[in-house]
Amino acid sequence: MEQTIIIKRFLDELGDMSRFSGRFFSEWFKPRYEIAEFFKQCYVIGYKSLPLIGLTGFIMGLVLTMQLRPSMVDYGVESQLPAIVGIAIVREIGPVITALIFAGKIGSSIGAELGSMKVTEQIDAMEVSGTNPYKYLVVSRVLATTFMLPVLAILSDGISLYGSYLGVNIKGETSALLFWTQVSNSLEFYDVLPAFIKTYFFGFAVGMIGCYKGYNSSKGTEGVGHSANSAVVISSVTIFILDLLAVQITDLLGFN
Amino acid sequence: MKTTSITQLTEIPETIMSISNLYKSFGSNNVLINFNLDLLKGKNTVVLGKSGSGKSVLIKCIIGLLKPDSGSIIVYNENIVNLHGAKLDKIRAKVGFLFQSNALYDSMTVKENIEFPLRRHWLKVTQLEVSKMVEEALEDVGLSHTINMMPAELSGGMRKRIALARTLILKPEIILYDEPTTGLDPITGKEIINLMIDIKNKYNTSALIISHDMNCVRWAGDRIIILLEGKCYAMGTYEELKNSQNQKIKQFFD
Ligand SMILES: Nc1ncnc2c1ncn2[C@@H]1O[C@H](COP(=O)(O)OP(=O)(O)OP(=O)(O)O)[C@@H](O)[C@H]1O
Ligand SMILES: [Mg+2]
Repeated sequence: MEQTIIIKRFLDELGDMSRFSGRFFSEWFKPRYEIAEFFKQCYVIGYKSLPLIGLTGFIMGLVLTMQLRPSMVDYGVESQLPAIVGIAIVREIGPVITALIFAGKIGSSIGAELGSMKVTEQIDAMEVSGTNPYKYLVVSRVLATTFMLPVLAILSDGISLYGSYLGVNIKGETSALLFWTQVSNSLEFYDVLPAFIKTYFFGFAVGMIGCYKGYNSSKGTEGVGHSANSAVVISSVTIFILDLLAVQITDLLGFN
Repeated sequence: MKTTSITQLTEIPETIMSISNLYKSFGSNNVLINFNLDLLKGKNTVVLGKSGSGKSVLIKCIIGLLKPDSGSIIVYNENIVNLHGAKLDKIRAKVGFLFQSNALYDSMTVKENIEFPLRRHWLKVTQLEVSKMVEEALEDVGLSHTINMMPAELSGGMRKRIALARTLILKPEIILYDEPTTGLDPITGKEIINLMIDIKNKYNTSALIISHDMNCVRWAGDRIIILLEGKCYAMGTYEELKNSQNQKIKQFFD
């Protein structure tokens, strides 16, 4: 009995969320275009998350290299360290860690912002002021997260690789040129492309889930906190699910 | 239950908005049941009702934020109930709405808050005119010095006035006030009441004021309506309703 209620609620929520996202596809290309709002959100979103993403990316690259080295030495393939780290970062760790940090930072702030706008009737106030709040708030934010996350992921990959380069040089010596040659030789275009494309989907998911949770926030400050929290949890899980789907699809398409 | 019409107004002013047979329910909760009301030009009409009687629901139906189950709301020869998109926005530009919670945009300054409706309603105004109109609206509410502040830096009464300035910026002919004095101290409340009276005299607006504050009912209302059991239960001037023998009406004035 308990289970059926939970399953029913889950399916209801899923249906609501699909309808909410569906509205995005039917509205984003119609005028009036909220271009100023889109650029503002791109700036805010990129600016807010860049330091955090840079820092975590750097540490990931460094730590991963240091952790892998002993095993690589054991197998006698220490010279392959840049190659293996490069593959790990660019194909998987860079996009996923960036997306998770992004979900924590941006997903929660979108959830909280729209949530408090909802409960204090600011969204209604926009509607009576000749504004379509879905376009003004949701479409601009979702487009901004969709376009910013790939950019951030590429920056994060670069910073991670730099961290890894430093990690390689802690014990041993590799010139920057050699390091870079090894990394780029190990990566093929078809390694990079799917990793790049999936970040668009991650960005869309983070923006959409944050907006959905905020826009449907229940009354009161507790409701706003709940929106922010569940925006992070759901988008993080969604990122992993999308990642799983992405690897299956690239496998099927033979991009390996 | 028939509407108890107590007053016969001597000269009948023009009707600017006409609400008829309005029904609205949420699930099994019937909030409005056959509500009828005419809003008169140049008059302040006060709707008096208990908490939860559906006053906010009524006013949100009028501005098109809620769709009634049935009935009609005619303003400027259009039935708001059937309108959406650009047509609805056109009516909304002429009808001001003051939210119960003020609904100021937290992320914008006072100036940006007040400009917002002006910029969004596709009006052809230059930057210079916008600034001038914002200054004028702020002057009307006596808060010119707050122009660059954020809403969080203002007191409750000041926020109410800024919200009022934002409502006034489009020079609406009809203004809907949702509990303008609730949550304010009696003195600040009195100031808001005086502002509403000044606005009516200055711009000849017609207002629908929702309230259960007796001061507001008494001083700002030319005509009082009691919303009870989902309908317009009684209508009259303050004096007439106050002296009514009907127990259900009397309870509001004790
Ligand atoms: N969006 C909604 N969904 C479901 N029920 C609602 C909704 N809005 C209002 N109601 C219900 O409608 C009834 C009237 O609410 P309303 O907000 O109009 O009261 P009110 O007269 O404005 O009260 P107050 O003086 O406290 O503001 C309440 O029972 C409320 O629960
Ligand atoms: Mg109310």
